[in-house]
Amino acid sequence: MAEQKTVAATGNIMVAEAMRQCAPDMMAAYPITPQTTIVEEFAKFVAQGRVHTEYVTVESEHSAMSACVGASAAGARVMTATSSQGLAYMWEELHIAAGLRLPIVMANANRALAAPINIHCDHSDIMGARDTGWVIYFAETAQEAYDNTIMALRVAEHPDVMLPVMSTLDGFITTHSIDRAELMDDETVKAFVGDYVPENALLDIEHPTSHGNFAGLGGPYFEFKKSQRNAIDRSMGVIKEVGAEWSEITGRPFDVIEGWGMEDAEYVIIAIGSTAGNVRHVARELRAEGIKVGVLKVRVFRPFPFSEIADAIKGAKAVAVLDRSESFGAEGGPLFLEVRSALYDYDVRPAMVNYIYGLGGADVKLDLIRRVYSDLADIADGVAEPSGLVYLGAR
Amino acid sequence: MANIKELSAREDRLSGGHRLCAGCGASIAVRQVLLGAGETPLVAGCATGCLEVSTTIYPYSSWKTPFIHNAFENSAATISGVEAAFKGLKAAGKIPADKRVKFVAFGGDGGTYDIGLQSLSGAMERGHDMVYVCYDNGAYMNTGIQRSSATPFGAWATTAEVGKAQQGKTQRRKDLTSIIAAHGVPYVAQASISHWKDLTNKAEKAFAVEGPAFLNILTPCPRGWRTKPESTIEIAKLAVTTGFWPLFEVEDGVWTQTVKLRERKPIEEFLKPQGRFKHLFKPENAELLASVQTEVDRYLTYIEKRCACG
Repeated sequence: MAEQKTVAATGNIMVAEAMRQCAPDMMAAYPITPQTTIVEEFAKFVAQGRVHTEYVTVESEHSAMSACVGASAAGARVMTATSSQGLAYMWEELHIAAGLRLPIVMANANRALAAPINIHCDHSDIMGARDTGWVIYFAETAQEAYDNTIMALRVAEHPDVMLPVMSTLDGFITTHSIDRAELMDDETVKAFVGDYVPENALLDIEHPTSHGNFAGLGGPYFEFKKSQRNAIDRSMGVIKEVGAEWSEITGRPFDVIEGWGMEDAEYVIIAIGSTAGNVRHVARELRAEGIKVGVLKVRVFRPFPFSEIADAIKGAKAVAVLDRSESFGAEGGPLFLEVRSALYDYDVRPAMVNYIYGLGGADVKLDLIRRVYSDLADIADGVAEPSGLVYLGAR
Repeated sequence: MANIKELSAREDRLSGGHRLCAGCGASIAVRQVLLGAGETPLVAGCATGCLEVSTTIYPYSSWKTPFIHNAFENSAATISGVEAAFKGLKAAGKIPADKRVKFVAFGGDGGTYDIGLQSLSGAMERGHDMVYVCYDNGAYMNTGIQRSSATPFGAWATTAEVGKAQQGKTQRRKDLTSIIAAHGVPYVAQASISHWKDLTNKAEKAFAVEGPAFLNILTPCPRGWRTKPESTIEIAKLAVTTGFWPLFEVEDGVWTQTVKLRERKPIEEFLKPQGRFKHLFKPENAELLASVQTEVDRYLTYIEKRCACG
């Protein structure tokens, strides 16, 4: 294990530190709450001469991602950060970054989408971007936000992947809370991420290439999309390899899903992001009372760990999926839809309930989590029927 | 400034064989601009539009220089990113400090005056070392001749129709060149493909400055203007000689008319050969036709006065 420094820092500061250590050649910055302190902290690194990064203060998020696309196609290592309306404004460019196979790394401070306007945490923004072709990590803590950001770069630039990657953390809860975290030394991170050697770069002037060509008129658009699908499928193996390697260096375990008490759990809550901590806290209390509860945290949402999740929960009696975003008109929230689909091919399928919770930063009180476990026990005991979609704690 | 003999000896960086229409002004503008750039190594970008779809049909490309198309509204932001990458890679020591590369973005009037205005304004304000070239054919030609904010007053377009209740576009065109000049960038010019010497000189100046430069080039579109393909240059010339499209430049804030009109032709001579203005010549539209002349006079007077102030 390498030498690490224990720090007290917010998630955003840890992300900014990770970005500094990854040494991007270019960063496009546009402020939006609660992402702002990432680009502010990085601006300090620029002013202090601690990074060589060309820092481009664009006039919008659309231009942020547009400039990142240009810079990445030019052959630079590129990073940026956004949130909420900013991510929504980038939507067109998210697809283009993935379609052009550009290894851009972006942090997203997960925040609600208007209307009505709300600056607090939920996953509406990032879940809205779930099908844009980006690899998507979720962090529970500042530490995970830091680790995910560093691993994201390795995954993005891996020759078998070459896709953009998002490292997301929950707005305010993780972005702004001061947390204990281990900061790796610069040299170790530098060696871990290595040098980026681009192919077909625009700045390889002597070997001109055209990017973003027109593939209509019976052109190979369909085949390009197939190769993109193959790449994100391949990324699952790379995410695990890179995770194992970083884990070896840091001493912190990593997997695309992370279980607690799952070995013999009868009642399981699946959560994503910061809420996993609250759920684990309640689960510990219930275990102390002898109730066989488990927690499954999803750390990588794209590519979705279908078989990993199905294997982990197939023995449970009842499962609750907590979604911090809506998929209006669908059977449930995005995580629920994926988890339920993951179990389709299994003979034994536990009862499953979907809870929509915490939209726009609504509090996730421990009593609510206890209620979910209690609902699961009632369902497993046949006292209650699975009740479809529940708005947990809504007045 | 290069003469025609020198220009003809330069390599064409947009090769023939692309799928633009016969008589399209856009490719003429691009070739003149790139000739003006001389031997300077270039990365080019282009907004979605006729020029882009016709020159980059996969697996072919007409561009003999590195090229990127991103989307419709963001060729300025995209090329600003390429330029920033160049600086960042120099700072990283991955590109030699003395290496010179210039960056050029192309866009039509729809991608520049309208949907791309914010992206262009941002890139100009940030001071990137890049040239932005608008090929202005006065409408969304790629999607089928819809009006843009560059469409002239009174012109027909498929979203500014002619009928009992309306006679084409009811608004005047936006003066984008002055808007970009107001950004205080080192070089801004308005040019026409009919005045190749003036245009290539302006391109040469645009590529020579350190920092952002902007060229607004009038490029007739035979499909949208309802003109004969072989008349493209003639029509572009009439735009200048009638005062519809004054040729001027703004160098470090100093405004100069580069082609002065000794004798100005009436606007009818520019309008008459174009099917998009034919309704203006109906007897009942005489007043409207007169107001087109008034609008041209107003804009030309403004530019002349502005240039007289230096």
